[in-house]
Amino acid sequence: MFQREFWMEIGESLWRHKLRSALTAFSVFWGMLMLVLLLGSGNGLRRGVEFQFKDDAINSIWIWPGTTSMPWRGLPTGRDMRFRNAEVKHLQRTEPLVDKLTARYHLRGTFAVSRGDQSTTFRVRSVHPDHRFLENTVMLHGRFINPVDLEQTRKVCAIGTEVRDFFFAPPAKGQQDFGPPPIPQPGVWTAADSAAMGRYLTVKGVPYQIVGIFHDQGSRGENQYIYLPISTAQKIEGGTDRVDQIMFTFGNASLAESREVEARLREDFARRLKFDPDDQQAIYISNDLEEFKRFQGLFNGIEAFVWVIGILSLIAGMIGIANIMLITVNERTREIGVRKALGATNGSLVRLILLEAIVLTALSGFMGMALGVGTLWLVDTQVLPPIPEPDSMFMHPGVTPGVVVGALSILIGSGALAGFIPAIKAVRIAPAVAMKSA
Amino acid sequence: MIELRDIRKSYRIGPRKLEVLKGIDLHIGKGEFVAIMGQSGSGKSTLLNVLGILDEYDSGLYELDGVPIRKLSAKQAARYRNAFIGFVFQSFNLLPFKNAMENVALPLYYQGIGRKERNQTAMQYLDKVGLADWSTHLPSELSGGQNQRVAIARALASKPKVILADEPTGALDSTTSKEIMGLFESLNDEGISVLIVTHEDDIAHRCKRLIRLKDGLIEADPALETQAGKHLR
Ligand SMILES: Nc1ncnc2c1ncn2[C@@H]1O[C@H](COP(=O)(O)OP(=O)(O)OP(=O)(O)O)[C@@H](O)[C@H]1O
Ligand SMILES: [Mg+2]
Repeated sequence: MFQREFWMEIGESLWRHKLRSALTAFSVFWGMLMLVLLLGSGNGLRRGVEFQFKDDAINSIWIWPGTTSMPWRGLPTGRDMRFRNAEVKHLQRTEPLVDKLTARYHLRGTFAVSRGDQSTTFRVRSVHPDHRFLENTVMLHGRFINPVDLEQTRKVCAIGTEVRDFFFAPPAKGQQDFGPPPIPQPGVWTAADSAAMGRYLTVKGVPYQIVGIFHDQGSRGENQYIYLPISTAQKIEGGTDRVDQIMFTFGNASLAESREVEARLREDFARRLKFDPDDQQAIYISNDLEEFKRFQGLFNGIEAFVWVIGILSLIAGMIGIANIMLITVNERTREIGVRKALGATNGSLVRLILLEAIVLTALSGFMGMALGVGTLWLVDTQVLPPIPEPDSMFMHPGVTPGVVVGALSILIGSGALAGFIPAIKAVRIAPAVAMKSA
Repeated sequence: MIELRDIRKSYRIGPRKLEVLKGIDLHIGKGEFVAIMGQSGSGKSTLLNVLGILDEYDSGLYELDGVPIRKLSAKQAARYRNAFIGFVFQSFNLLPFKNAMENVALPLYYQGIGRKERNQTAMQYLDKVGLADWSTHLPSELSGGQNQRVAIARALASKPKVILADEPTGALDSTTSKEIMGLFESLNDEGISVLIVTHEDDIAHRCKRLIRLKDGLIEADPALETQAGKHLR
């Protein structure tokens, strides 16, 4: 039944009807190509975003004090919560998953940052040394705030590139136009860098020596910050031990673990600050990992969308094949009649028609698949950098083999099915009638 | 060899029934050379299609080589068409995408014969009809007479016992027609039964028996007359 002769007859028939074969082949080829590229790109997008979140210390938790909204053991609602150094120390001591930990304390009131007769309002944060891991701060020169600064309450600061440029490479004196951010090049000294390092900036009347210049690739605003040691800032603000915000990262943790940490924090803080553990407004906890998972949800949504488009293009391909099969069988009615007159059995004719369709769809579909997979591979290995760019949103495009083979099978199956019914009908026509058709 | 008794066939055209064969009785023996004539629409092609198992009939008995055709399965019918009958049509009915040799070889493909042997046999028959040099030409590259020779070679390839030809010279000029008739005569000399439907008197008169059809009935058949004569005697 599947002997060589039969396959040669099929090959010959396909070859002799070049245009018809080419049209069918192209529609299947194109459908598969598009499907593979679409699904592959969707995957690349998802992987890119996952990578983004991994790179940016996704496993971080940020905590702010709020105001109680529930009474607790005789204490009224509406109490403002306050964090102190004690909370930071306690977290450091008790939370096993803590990796990098920092607090922030903001200088109170409005104030200017000045140098000589230049003065403007830059943003100031006083922090712990680990802060740079949470904000992805890249030091260009010098160093960030260090533990010794904290211990000795040194009056030092690390400044962003825009602060540097304002004071040490002003476009025109007194003008607050910063221009486009310069491309950061660690180790390369510009005139502004040389001018800035070791000099002093006055914040709220106190001079701080510049010990480091940093660049933050995140947002532009980050380069307008001045960082101070938190202990120094607290001392200058009248020896307060308040902190405004605590944030920390933890090592590789599952979403479940990070939720556990969150729950543990809430209980811990509730006990220490005396509020109802169920009071969601007493303190605010933001869990990056949770946000990441939400993003993942978004990208699952995108993937679903890609799938819908993929399935629609698959259906378009199926309709294309079905249509061509119908036309083909109609066109071949006369041929079917002639072959029957010469002794062809109905079964052999149905097989001929179907296998022609199957061979054609399989070959062209496979070629579309191969080109698609090859293109994705080329993009992955040749076009995209081997080490992904930090802001890359597109990584390792690719498709699951099972999915693509499944799609191809569906195409082949629909081609065969679409040919089957008209083929059965056509071979049942009496040869005399079939031969009369055009 | 061919035995028809009271064969009837009608076509359904909308609500009406058009009777085309109204009770045909016919016997054709081995090696006969028969012409079928009759007015247009008298049912000649219909009769030939029934004989060739290319179409169904409503009632009556048709035996081919002693086998009742009505009871044949589709598969058996295919085998009989292949092994017993060779067809020649007015419009040739060659497959346009196959060359002369491949067209001639097609019945052999359905006999399950391998390509090499098939093509050899096909070449033999092409040679027999004088077209050995044209074997690689497509039908579109051949003249009408050449195409009809290819069709005859194809009809012969499976070594049939009977050739059914429906107006084989209808599309050809008179010289070519005569050549084609010559071919049929030589086939008949080899012992193959030949049935030709034709409108042309000179074609019909080269046959050994002439059957006239009128309105779905046999109007004149020399075999019947002699039989009738025998009865009378
Ligand atoms: N498939 C069909 N459906 C309906 N009517 C048909 C069909 N085939 C033939 N007929 C009718 O049957 C009758 C006989 O047709 P047939 O083809 O046998 O005639 P014919 O003797 O071969 O004529 P011609 O010499 O013109 O070829 C005609 O009236 C024709 O209209
Ligand atoms: Mg006719």
